[in-house]
Amino acid sequence: MNLTIFLLALFDGISYAALVFIVALGLTLIFGVMRILNVAHGSLYAIGAYATASLTSYVLALGFAPVLAFPLMLVSAVLVGVLLGGPIEWLLLRRIYNKPEVLQLLVTFAVFMILEDVQRLVWGTQPYFQASALQALGNVTVFGVTYTVYQLILLPVLAVTLLLGLRFFLRHTVIGKLILATTEDREAAQSIGIDADRVFLFTFVVGAVLAGLGGALASPTTSILPGMGADMIVLSFAVIATAGLGQIEGAAITALLIGLGRSFAVYVWPEVAVLVPYLIMVLVLLVRPEGLFGSPVARKI
Amino acid sequence: MTTPLLETRNLTIRFGGVIAANDVSMRIEAGRNLAIIGPNGAGKTTFLNICTGWIKPREGQVLFEGLDITPLPPRKIVARGVARAFQIPQLFTEHTALENLLIAAAAREGLRNPLQNLHQIRQRDEMMHLLEMVNCADVAHRVVVELSEGQRKLIDIAVALALKPRLLLMDEPTSGVASSQKHEVMEILVGALAQAGVTSVFVEHDMGIVSRHADEVAVWNTGRVQLRGTPAEILEHPDVIRDVIGEEIA
Amino acid sequence: MTGHSTSSPRPAPGSRGLPLRSLLTALGVLALAVIPVMAPGLQLLVNLALAKGLAVLGVTVLLRAGQVSFGHALFFGVSAYAGAFCVAALPGADLVLVLVAGVIGAALAGLLVGLFVVRYRGIFFGMLNLAFSMIFWSILEKFYHVTGGADGIRLDRPTVLGMELGRGAFELVLFYLAIALVLGLGWFTLRWFASPVGQLFQTIKTNETRLEYLGLSPRRVLLSGYLLSAVLCGVGGSLMGMTQGVVTPEYVWWVRSAEMVFIAVLGGAGSVRGAFVGALIYEMVRVYASAFAGDIWQMLLGAFLLVIILFAPGGIMGILDGLMRRATPARAPARTKEAGQ
Repeated sequence: MNLTIFLLALFDGISYAALVFIVALGLTLIFGVMRILNVAHGSLYAIGAYATASLTSYVLALGFAPVLAFPLMLVSAVLVGVLLGGPIEWLLLRRIYNKPEVLQLLVTFAVFMILEDVQRLVWGTQPYFQASALQALGNVTVFGVTYTVYQLILLPVLAVTLLLGLRFFLRHTVIGKLILATTEDREAAQSIGIDADRVFLFTFVVGAVLAGLGGALASPTTSILPGMGADMIVLSFAVIATAGLGQIEGAAITALLIGLGRSFAVYVWPEVAVLVPYLIMVLVLLVRPEGLFGSPVARKI
Repeated sequence: MTTPLLETRNLTIRFGGVIAANDVSMRIEAGRNLAIIGPNGAGKTTFLNICTGWIKPREGQVLFEGLDITPLPPRKIVARGVARAFQIPQLFTEHTALENLLIAAAAREGLRNPLQNLHQIRQRDEMMHLLEMVNCADVAHRVVVELSEGQRKLIDIAVALALKPRLLLMDEPTSGVASSQKHEVMEILVGALAQAGVTSVFVEHDMGIVSRHADEVAVWNTGRVQLRGTPAEILEHPDVIRDVIGEEIA
Repeated sequence: MTGHSTSSPRPAPGSRGLPLRSLLTALGVLALAVIPVMAPGLQLLVNLALAKGLAVLGVTVLLRAGQVSFGHALFFGVSAYAGAFCVAALPGADLVLVLVAGVIGAALAGLLVGLFVVRYRGIFFGMLNLAFSMIFWSILEKFYHVTGGADGIRLDRPTVLGMELGRGAFELVLFYLAIALVLGLGWFTLRWFASPVGQLFQTIKTNETRLEYLGLSPRRVLLSGYLLSAVLCGVGGSLMGMTQGVVTPEYVWWVRSAEMVFIAVLGGAGSVRGAFVGALIYEMVRVYASAFAGDIWQMLLGAFLLVIILFAPGGIMGILDGLMRRATPARAPARTKEAGQ
């Protein structure tokens, strides 16, 4: 492997990891606070991508500057979070917090099935491609390797910013502390006057926005196809399971590990590239069932 | 010196800053029922958890019949003849009282025949008899979630006895039983244990129960055994009982 | 799971369960048996539904332990591919051999995946199963020189006990084989549920601490049921492969796993009869609905799944049981159980 290929694989891995991390961040936030694994998270990611592509194409067709693609990503993500995430929590999940875990899983799985068809109905089965944002930022050359600024700089910077931002938000703001208190002990939080329902709704919407944002940011870098949501939910689950459920910083490192593993495999043994994330997950879980950064919980008897 | 049934050597474990067991060395002889008494948070339940492998000690050893069982998981310790009943009954909540016992018998015997009905196993009469022994024969066919706390505790003990252990560890066997019936229930239990040749270690709060039904008492305080002796010997230390259990002995 | 508590084979001592149910079951089987004569147009459809029903039964077994797998199509596919490879390697191989190869393949895959996933419960169990099925799906797609890629491979008509049959005769054999397997495996699964091993398996749902303190390994107990569930899915997959004559990666695609879970919940989570009743109803509706609802089929399934979970957690069998109890109030079981699911 020469330096050029090495750098290409490295850059591919980093930009891919940044995207996966943003999606996984939403998934692990929701799980950490609500103890629910939202299988429909992958659909929210896909819809974020579709919405961005459509909005951007529409606005650019009106003659606006391509740079407008960036705020539109945020708009799409917030729309996904508020218009889809909000009702899902409010109408469905709220009814099942006291039900068995398997049932909660089935409910979010049902939402996933519904949203997969919603995408097909709204956007059809033809791939979408909308790379204005990618082109708007141009390229950068590092050690003779030319790569897009969007993928090499913007995505990783955003991912790290979101990681630090969420950390700061949870630990140093009032709402963040309310969320942490509710996570710790829901009943105790309610007894001191915290509205746990609103905390859950807020958390779920934020998680959903992160899924939508992941999709929005991914949209210029890939063709948007049916099935991308299914791939993403399994992949981001692999990330948070490998890291240990609820581990935010761990998810970042794991995303990088999995992203790099996959991108190097693309150059070395392309057939197995798709498998690499799962192989990493299985290997890690074989050795550490609670994940790389998770700690085993002893049941009280 | 004969080998004790259960022996701990220098057990130490901490949770955060709390010392649950501090250099505990104890010998439990076969045939002598031992009561462990002490304030909440003294580490009594933790001691039972360590002896059955649920929690691993930081230091020290647990020996059963002279064999080191410290590294073994609970199921292997159970297989050697140690059974456990719990403070909160651990039952199969969707099954009836009798089924809980039948399942225990099936586990003990290693029954594998996939075409045999659980209700038709050879050990059914034996299990019915066990239920009678703990005064629960009348609720044999009721799903256990419908039963009272006291009944569930007794069935939990019956499940442990169904394994035919040599040592039975019980965590507050009479909590949940109406106080007027506590002595009666203990009478039944101790009788059942003697009949089956089982030695027991039980955690108990009530000094009255302890003094009547235990052969020996260990007073547990902040992770160690403060006093050990026959109930009569313990009663000679009213100061300890007052300090540790908060109970005046008349 | 109110459905399973009432349908579980634990007759109170002395009684023989609901005779009405046995009667209905016998009538149902009889109705299926005369289909090739009375309604030949339905034969293929029912055959596929029964194959699917066997796979659903595999998912149902796990539901009894309170676990859901979103990847059980894996065993469905492994078995079908094993059969296809078997026929490709030994042209003119016998139907029995294809079936056996499939079952062995499913059992081996079940053991391999099972040893790993039985370390987990709930979310992890469901999602890791999904991950394994996606891995296998990717392998089928990527290593196309071996697997035929997205087009799959043919599963040529095997001989039947040494005889080469024409298409019509072979389909008839498959149809009655499917009925025989459904009856045999359904009966076995019912007996297994009621047996000591099966009852131990179902305690995974309620108390693993006690299970451990009975001297057993919860993982090994769960593995026993996992293997049964993998083999049941495998038999379904082999039947499906032979009926369709071609095996594609779609056999292991997550949508098929989801379909199995859906039918299991529809029929009545944990109910053996429900698995087949659910599969038959599902296939019928799907065939007639695909004409006008093909695009929104998954959406309908998802919405219906929500409705069942939230409003009729016992599924079809739960509703039927309720009706039967009303019809024979004297026999109503005195035992009530909390609606867990």
